[in-house]
Amino acid sequence: MSDRDGAVPAADLDPAVVARIRELRTLYPLARSAVLPALWAVQDRIGYLPAWSEEVVGRELGLLPADVAAVASFYSMYFGRPVGRHVIQVCQNVSCALRGADDLLDHLRGWLGVDGEGESPDGAFSLEGTVECLGACGGGPMMQVDRYSYESLTPERAEAILTEIRETNPEGPVGG
Amino acid sequence: MAEELVLTRHQGKPGLTTIEGYRKVGGYAALRRAIEMGAEAVIAEVKASGLRGRGGAAFPTGTKWGFLPQGVFPRYLAVNADESEPGCFKDRVLIEEYPHQLLEGVLIAAYALQASHAFIYIRGEYRLQREILEAATREVYAAGMAGRKILGTDWDCELIVHGGAGAYICGEETALLDSLEGRRGQPRLKPPFPAIKGLYGQPTVVNNVETLSNLPYIVTEGGAAYAALGTEGSPGTRLFCVSGHVERPGTFEVPMGRTSFRDLLGLAGGVWRGRQFKAMQPGGGSMQVLGPQHLDVPLDFKAVADAGSALGAGALVVMDETTCLVDVATRLVDFYRHESCGKCVPCREGTYFESELMHRLEEGRASREELATLADICAGMDGRCFCPLGDTATWFVMSAYRMFTQEFEDHCGAGHCPVRSRVGAAA
Ligand SMILES: Cc1cc2nc3c(=O)[nH]c(=O)nc-3n(C[C@H](O)[C@H](O)[C@H](O)COP(=O)(O)O)c2cc1C
Ligand code: SF4
Ligand code: FES
Repeated sequence: MSDRDGAVPAADLDPAVVARIRELRTLYPLARSAVLPALWAVQDRIGYLPAWSEEVVGRELGLLPADVAAVASFYSMYFGRPVGRHVIQVCQNVSCALRGADDLLDHLRGWLGVDGEGESPDGAFSLEGTVECLGACGGGPMMQVDRYSYESLTPERAEAILTEIRETNPEGPVGG
Repeated sequence: MAEELVLTRHQGKPGLTTIEGYRKVGGYAALRRAIEMGAEAVIAEVKASGLRGRGGAAFPTGTKWGFLPQGVFPRYLAVNADESEPGCFKDRVLIEEYPHQLLEGVLIAAYALQASHAFIYIRGEYRLQREILEAATREVYAAGMAGRKILGTDWDCELIVHGGAGAYICGEETALLDSLEGRRGQPRLKPPFPAIKGLYGQPTVVNNVETLSNLPYIVTEGGAAYAALGTEGSPGTRLFCVSGHVERPGTFEVPMGRTSFRDLLGLAGGVWRGRQFKAMQPGGGSMQVLGPQHLDVPLDFKAVADAGSALGAGALVVMDETTCLVDVATRLVDFYRHESCGKCVPCREGTYFESELMHRLEEGRASREELATLADICAGMDGRCFCPLGDTATWFVMSAYRMFTQEFEDHCGAGHCPVRSRVGAAA
């Protein structure tokens, strides 16, 4: 969950994010409850959680950085390192598997040039390794790219969708 | 079929995701009605409806509300939108298509309980759905139905949409509360139950999205009318998620008790590709497998329990004749291994050994003795884990082993998956 060598001074954090964390803090009866949304605010802005974000979030919410780190590390959606511009998740749970999820995943690994999991060589995509049910079982096999799910996929359709995403959203996640 | 519907009765009407569109179909009249009736009367209607929780445990909602200790404030409502059970996607549909129906239900419950805050805990992966709820919440505030002095009364209630960050265990109600408090999401010891000591140590009700989405109807039409849609033991309707080897997967709202698994399969277009039915999993990944002999069992809590399984969170995963049950069980065991929170030994270690063994079995590398070991591992877990996750990590695999013993044994020492190769040969 941390990236000790690539540390960036906290001062570089967008003041809008700090303002957002301060606002979040007031929403809850106890400030500590704002930890998860605060971490989201940082990750949404810079794409992952650098080590210093634990200090910033801790300082704003009155928690030790180690405490924030212990919380963040429990949850699989917080990234401790920079990832590709678009995150791809291919569900491998039962309903999707019954309709061809394994073939879809194998195909995408080859197409993206990713061995198992990780970033594609062009940095456009990160493919996640173990993905459990994403609540779109009626549309299996499916993949989620950033916040959108794409359902009833064939390998060809998945390729076409990813090609379009790479071209139309070169900077970052679809939908901001 | 002209069945009366509850959750999806406005299906197809335009603009339902906006407050304006929802008001056009009578939306938020039930909240006003609830306030006129008073909290006690609302609780009485919910008790009369016989509504049982749709999150998995099927606990009677009115009874749960009745556990709140008198006169202890503040109180909280936590809405469980963590939907992560394999095979379940109904809460997602209810959020995407009827977000205001949910919010009206949340406000009715919060009013009945006199809660000062209602938190909607939504799984991190439902990012788009979180944004839909956030937009709907802003509309509700702007309309004076959340915040201070709601609709001119003395009741204040904040409505907060809270995103999780990827952890199935946070759907377990006490883990959800820990997560909402900004901690690692690990289950708490019960008792005390959340109704007595929940969020920040205060009385808290945790209810599922579908459970609460029924409330506008119950308040408008009355608890008795809701109950009458189903049967005595299984009142009301339910939104079932049908997936796997069917022609038309999707969600289907049906009256409980009076509908069978076969009816539900029919609504989904039957087994796909003209193939034979082999097995089904009702309730989501946690529940026991059922076979063709169970197709005529009604969607009734007791009838499904008598058949050896449960309706759980309202899913039906259908498997055709080509399916390898060892493969399906392996995937589910892997799921639990991945999602075990690590707090207690039987689950943390048990799911690891279960998964290692199941992979060997699926690849045809396990011996008969190891199959006996699998049963031992599961016996050491079921009933011995800190929370139900560890127990349920054994239910599918052991029920599949009992129902498809030959298939499990055929894998032993085969050097490959015998079902897949048989299927491959036929194809
Ligand atoms: C491991 C585990 C995961 C659960 N996941 C969910 C879930 O995602 N959504 C849900 O509503 N209930 C889930 N539950 C059930 C909740 O603990 C709780 O019973 C439910 O939210 C209560 O609401 P209800 O009475 O309206 O059903 C889960 C339980 C366990 C043990
Ligand atoms: S049973 Fe599993 S999920 Fe539940 S507390 Fe124990 S380790 Fe955590
Ligand atoms: S099983 Fe794949 S989305 Fe649910």
